[in-house]
Amino acid sequence: MREMPLISVEGVSKRFRFPRTASDILTGRPPAAVHALNNVDLEVYRGETLGIVGESGCGKSTLARCLVRLLEPDEGLVRFDGKDISLLRPGERRAFNRRVQMIFQDPYSSLNPRMSVRQVLSEALSVHAMRPKADIPTRITELLGLVRLPADAADRYPHEFSGGQRQRIGIARALAVEPDVLVADELVSALDVSVQAQVINLLLDLQERLKLTVVFVAHDLRLVRHISHRVAVMYLGKVVEISPTEALFAAPRHPYSKALLDAAPELDPSRRTRVAAARGELPNPLDLPAGCLFNTRCPFAFERCFAERPALSARGPAHFAACHLPDFGNPAPETIAAQ
Amino acid sequence: MTVPMPGGGLKVRGLTTTFVTPRGRATVVDGISLDVAPGEIVGLVGESGSGKSITLRSIVRLVREPGKVSGQVEWQGRDLMAMSEADLRKVRGAEIAMIFQEPMTALNPVLPVRLQIEENLSAHTTLDRRARRQRALELMNIVGIPAAERRLDEYPHQFSGGMRQRVMIAIALASSPKLLLADEPTTALDVTIQDQILKLILDLRDRFGMSVLFVTHDLGVVAATCDRMAVMYAGRIVETGTVAQVFAEPHHPYTRGLLGSVPRIGAERSMLLSIEGAPPGLIDLPEGCAFHPRCAFATDRCRAERPPLERFAAGREVACFHHRTVAAMAEAA
Repeated sequence: MREMPLISVEGVSKRFRFPRTASDILTGRPPAAVHALNNVDLEVYRGETLGIVGESGCGKSTLARCLVRLLEPDEGLVRFDGKDISLLRPGERRAFNRRVQMIFQDPYSSLNPRMSVRQVLSEALSVHAMRPKADIPTRITELLGLVRLPADAADRYPHEFSGGQRQRIGIARALAVEPDVLVADELVSALDVSVQAQVINLLLDLQERLKLTVVFVAHDLRLVRHISHRVAVMYLGKVVEISPTEALFAAPRHPYSKALLDAAPELDPSRRTRVAAARGELPNPLDLPAGCLFNTRCPFAFERCFAERPALSARGPAHFAACHLPDFGNPAPETIAAQ
Repeated sequence: MTVPMPGGGLKVRGLTTTFVTPRGRATVVDGISLDVAPGEIVGLVGESGSGKSITLRSIVRLVREPGKVSGQVEWQGRDLMAMSEADLRKVRGAEIAMIFQEPMTALNPVLPVRLQIEENLSAHTTLDRRARRQRALELMNIVGIPAAERRLDEYPHQFSGGMRQRVMIAIALASSPKLLLADEPTTALDVTIQDQILKLILDLRDRFGMSVLFVTHDLGVVAATCDRMAVMYAGRIVETGTVAQVFAEPHHPYTRGLLGSVPRIGAERSMLLSIEGAPPGLIDLPEGCAFHPRCAFATDRCRAERPPLERFAAGREVACFHHRTVAAMAEAA
C-alpha cells in the first residue's frame, strides 16, 4: 500500500491469568484469564497520528503497553522498523527504548514526587547520553520552552504544578530523548476541558515541528477525531474497524463503531435523539462470546455471527472492518437507490 | 437565572458556602441564584473546583463542618435553610432525591440491592412489606435492569458500573421525587452506557414530570439533555440561558473558551481555542473578575471591579463587562 510501516502489530494476543483456584484444580479447568487482546493486527506509519479508541476494558491500554514493550504479548509479535521487538539485542533494545516513548494518563502518579523537574529531565538526558554533561542545562531550558513551561519550572517539584502542567512535564521528559514515536495513553483525560485543549494544541504543534509519529489512545471520540489521521476502533481486545479518520466518521462500517459514534453526545443541542445508540453492556472478558465478540449487543446479528469470528476485510481505500455484513453502513447502495 | 414561577419548583437565592481552612477562608459557592421549574432539566456546568458539586450539596444542606451554608433555598414554597433537621430529613431523599458520580461508594456493599431500595420505601412511603417488595421490582423494571427478579437479591459488586447507576436511580425514584439532584451521574461510565443513562433520565422526566438539576463538566451531556444551563467559574455563575441560546451565542469569555476547547467536526487537526492558564485557587481569588488573568478581553475595569450577574435579554444573564464584544466576536468567527 504505502511505505513500510514503522510499527506493525501482527496477531497479538495478551491474556492476564488469575491464580488457579481450588475448584479449578478439582475440576481440572485451566485458570480463568482476562482476554485483553485477541489477535490484533495493526500498522503505524511514519509521521502519522493513529488514534486508538474504545470503551474501558477494550484492551487499548494493554495494546499501548505492548507497543512500547512494557508488556510481552502471549502470541504474535510487534515489529519496529521491521524488527521483532522481543528479539532485540541489548544495545538495540536501548535504542528502541529511546525511539519509542510513552506518556501516561495520570500526571499525578507518573512523576517521582521527590525529583525536581531538572532532575527528571537530566536523568532522561544522561541515561541515553543525549548531550554532553555541560550542555544539559541549556537543553533543559530548551525543552521547557518547547512545552511552554516557564524556565524557572526546572527547580520546582511535581506537586507545585497543576495537572496540565504536569502533563507537559511528562511530554518534555518523553521528548528529551528525541524519540520517533510517542505513545500517549489517555494523555488528557484527567484534565479539565480548557486545559485539555492547551495540551492537544501543544501535541499538534510538536508533531508538526518534530515530525513525530503519534499513537493516541483515548476513549474520547471527539478528541481522537480531532487529532488522528487514522483511527482504529477496539472492542473486547480486537480491532473491529480501522480507517482514515474522515471515512470512519462519515460512514462507520461496523455496527459497534456506529453505536459508539451515535452514543457520543452531540455538541449541537438541536440534534438530540431519544433513542439509545446501543443496548446491553460489555460481556464478561473472562468468558467471551463465541463468534463475533459484539454479537451480544448487535441488532444486526444473524446465525453466522454466533458461529464464526469475522476477520478484518477491506471496505474501501485503507478502510477495514471485521463484520460479516460487508455492506453494513455502505453509503454507496443508498446513492444508487436515490438516483 | 430566575424565571417567574407560581408555586412549585426550586428557587435558590444568594446561596453561599464557605470553608475555613488552615490556609484561609475559601468561598466555594459565592452568592448563587437559580431556579428549576417543575419538569425542567437545568445543567450546572463548570470545571473541577468551580463549586458545582458543593452548590448541589448546599441546596439540601449536605455540607459537613467546617463548611457553612447561608442564603435562601425555597422548595415548593418552604425554606430549606430555615427548616429543622428532622423536617429536612422528610424532604431529602423523598421529594428531593440525589444521585452521585460513583455509585459503588454510594451503595452499601454488604446489603443486597433489594434491601437498599426497600429501605428508602419504608422511610418515605406507607407501603407494607409485600407492597414494598412489589414496588422494588417495579422500580428495577422502570430503570431497565434485565432479570430484575433475580438481580434484586444480588449485591452491588455483582453489578456493572452502568447497572449500579441504574440501581442508584431506582433507589432515588423509590420515594417518587419531584426533584432529582444529579452530580456527574455518567462521568464514570463509558459512552454507550452514558447514552443509555441520559436517555433514561429524560424518559423519567417525561413520565413523572420530575425536575432535574444536573451537574456536569461535559458540554456534550448538557447539549444532549438539559433545557437551560448555568456556567460556573470560581464559585459563581457567570452565564445562564437556554442550552440553545448559550451554545449558539456565548456571552461570557469563559463560556466561549469552554465551547471552543471542544473539538468540532470539520476543523480536524486545527488549533483549538483554548483558555490559557488554570482555574484559580479559591482562597486567593484574583481581584475584580475572577476570570481576568485568563481572559483575552480583560481591561483595567475587570481587574478592579467584579462584574455582577445581569440580565441582558429574556432568560439570559451574564457576568461580564464586555459581553457584547465577546458575543460579536463569536458571531464574526
